[in-house]
Amino acid sequence: MSTSDNPQNQGPAEEAQTFAEEAPGSGVPAVAFDDRAKKSWFSRLPIISHLRQSVGLQRGMLITGLVLCGIVLICAIFAPLIAPYGFNQLGTSEGNFGSKLPPGGTHIWGTTVGGYDVFSRVVWGAQTAVAVIVVAVVMSIFAGVILGLVSGYIGGWLDRILVVIADAVYAFPTLLLALVMSIAISGGQSSAWGGIAAAAFSITVVFIPQYFRVVRAETLRLKAEPFVESAIVLGASKTRIISKHIFRNATRTLPLIFTLNSSEAILTLAGLGFLGFGIEPTSASEWGYDLNKALPDVTSGVWWTAVFPGVAIVLTVLGITLVGESMNDLNDPRLRVRRKAKVKNVKPAEVTA
Amino acid sequence: MSAAISEPGAEAAETSVAVKKPSGGGLGRYVLIRFLLIIPTIFILTTLVFFLMRITGDPITAALGGRLTKAQLAERVHAAGYDRPILVQYFEYLGNLLKGDFGTAVSDGQPVSSILLNYGAATVELVFYALIVAFILGIPLGMLAAYHRDKAPDAALRVLAILGYATPVFFAGMILKLVFGVFLPILPVAGRGTTETEYIMSGVVGPTRFYLIDALRIGNFSVLGDVLAHAVLPAIALGVLTAGVFLRLVRTNLIGTLEQQYVDSGRSRGISEYRLVTKHAYRPALIPIITVMGMQIALMLAGAVLTETTFEWKGLGFKLAEYLTARDFVAVQGIVVFLAVIVAVTNFLVDVIAAFIDPRVRY
Repeated sequence: MSTSDNPQNQGPAEEAQTFAEEAPGSGVPAVAFDDRAKKSWFSRLPIISHLRQSVGLQRGMLITGLVLCGIVLICAIFAPLIAPYGFNQLGTSEGNFGSKLPPGGTHIWGTTVGGYDVFSRVVWGAQTAVAVIVVAVVMSIFAGVILGLVSGYIGGWLDRILVVIADAVYAFPTLLLALVMSIAISGGQSSAWGGIAAAAFSITVVFIPQYFRVVRAETLRLKAEPFVESAIVLGASKTRIISKHIFRNATRTLPLIFTLNSSEAILTLAGLGFLGFGIEPTSASEWGYDLNKALPDVTSGVWWTAVFPGVAIVLTVLGITLVGESMNDLNDPRLRVRRKAKVKNVKPAEVTA
Repeated sequence: MSAAISEPGAEAAETSVAVKKPSGGGLGRYVLIRFLLIIPTIFILTTLVFFLMRITGDPITAALGGRLTKAQLAERVHAAGYDRPILVQYFEYLGNLLKGDFGTAVSDGQPVSSILLNYGAATVELVFYALIVAFILGIPLGMLAAYHRDKAPDAALRVLAILGYATPVFFAGMILKLVFGVFLPILPVAGRGTTETEYIMSGVVGPTRFYLIDALRIGNFSVLGDVLAHAVLPAIALGVLTAGVFLRLVRTNLIGTLEQQYVDSGRSRGISEYRLVTKHAYRPALIPIITVMGMQIALMLAGAVLTETTFEWKGLGFKLAEYLTARDFVAVQGIVVFLAVIVAVTNFLVDVIAAFIDPRVRY
């Protein structure tokens, strides 16, 4: 399989420039320059280095995205401090909150049909979203990268079988696969953390093929590079070549795919919740589930139960997508707006997609 | 997000690369090989779904678990043959699928194949409307963005496209319901037609179940208007999502072709800018767009599940959500497998169309 079938695959070679800019020849893996690079490790971290390169509109997009992501993260971490009530709290010692109270007073965003405080549930929802996304994406990176490295480097029948399966799974609509997975994992029922685990694991399975494909294609390309050949000549073991020489080069684009997948993961989680596969309100708060419960309210003019969790989803996905978009543009020298260059339009060399 | 969009194209490419043979194959050969490739895909999907659905137990216990006594359950499980070895059941299931038998729903006893037949048309109709919205919005706006690259209109459109992507289709639907159903009640917000329309439709002889076609066939224009009015909001909700994807696709590809020398040479011959963008640069940019469209239709089917639930549009997605709530996993499995097969076939058709248009696509 060629490496040019995915625009991402063009990234690493070019991204090498961003890591070792002074070095001539963009195709040379930047790992070779790591100890020579003058920048500190901090400024070479994915997002930091992108921030330093960005300029103008691109920087604006990146910063907006980072701010939105930051807000979500803060809500997630400090949910117990920010939210005035618990996610499953129906009232205080003075009695129940009451159902469908309009925004204002003690409930700044109103209460739901079930009598929960909307603001508190939205804040707690951030915690669920972050937990699910982190677990799901980390697990799928782990599995996808290992499978991709092994499959790409070793090849043979194992590779063929994995590719056919990954292609089949990849062609399957994300949400439907996640549905089937969550039936398989929890029988369609959600217990306390079981619901979160089921959602996270369902999303994991959906995303494994994506990492698998990218890493495998990269591995195939790197396998033919001279530095791998010389490692073989020097007698390095397969494990060492895969884990040392190929791994670090093949995983260069992962931060980018990570952001792209996280936004899709949030949408999948919300979709699952909306179809009633979410997490029960007593065990955790989940935006998609809240929207499901808010669906009948909308036609009777009760807007606050739907709008706030919905906007929370939109802003979270927007934040992550903006960060991913900017990183994508900055990783691609053809799309990057240069700080010093006077030429306004950087000429694209070829069509992506 | 651009990768989320460009990857589907890569998907098609990758599938075809898998059968890459030394060059020299004709179009017919390519179509044949591409067609044969659907079979393992569908086989893997069915196998995957079958075993995943059965990990937690048999469908009868899942659906009726709390309601029957143990003895009654065991009897029904036995009658349905769910106590036999799983492999026996699997091969029987595959055999039945080949005969077009998707099993019988546990909750309402309907054959799943008749559910697919009765409700499939509604889903296809919805996706069709949404595609129209996506084309009308996505392609001209994409052209506009590409032409004004890196200027204000481009930036605004790009942000809009990202917003379209970031909004879950059911939330977009709920906002539309709120605005056009409650604050400014001018459009119907639920169902495929009024009760009267549904009644007239149920009386149509030999229905296609595409309300648009059926309404035209009986020549009842008030029904036609009603059907179209009901389609507006769901089509927008589902279409806007895809419009954002189309916009970005058209933009990226047009930027590439607009840089080509033949565009400059066209400009020097005095061809209008409008014509340059919409004809000269756009046509060659179409091929990658068509390839990605296959994947988009797959995404739209998943989106249709959510849209139908939001708007009570009685299609496959609506039924899927109903059967999920009823924990009727035979029906769920049938619908999921059916949708997956549709997606696989759509991807095949799109690849073939791309091969017809672009002589470079031959493997």
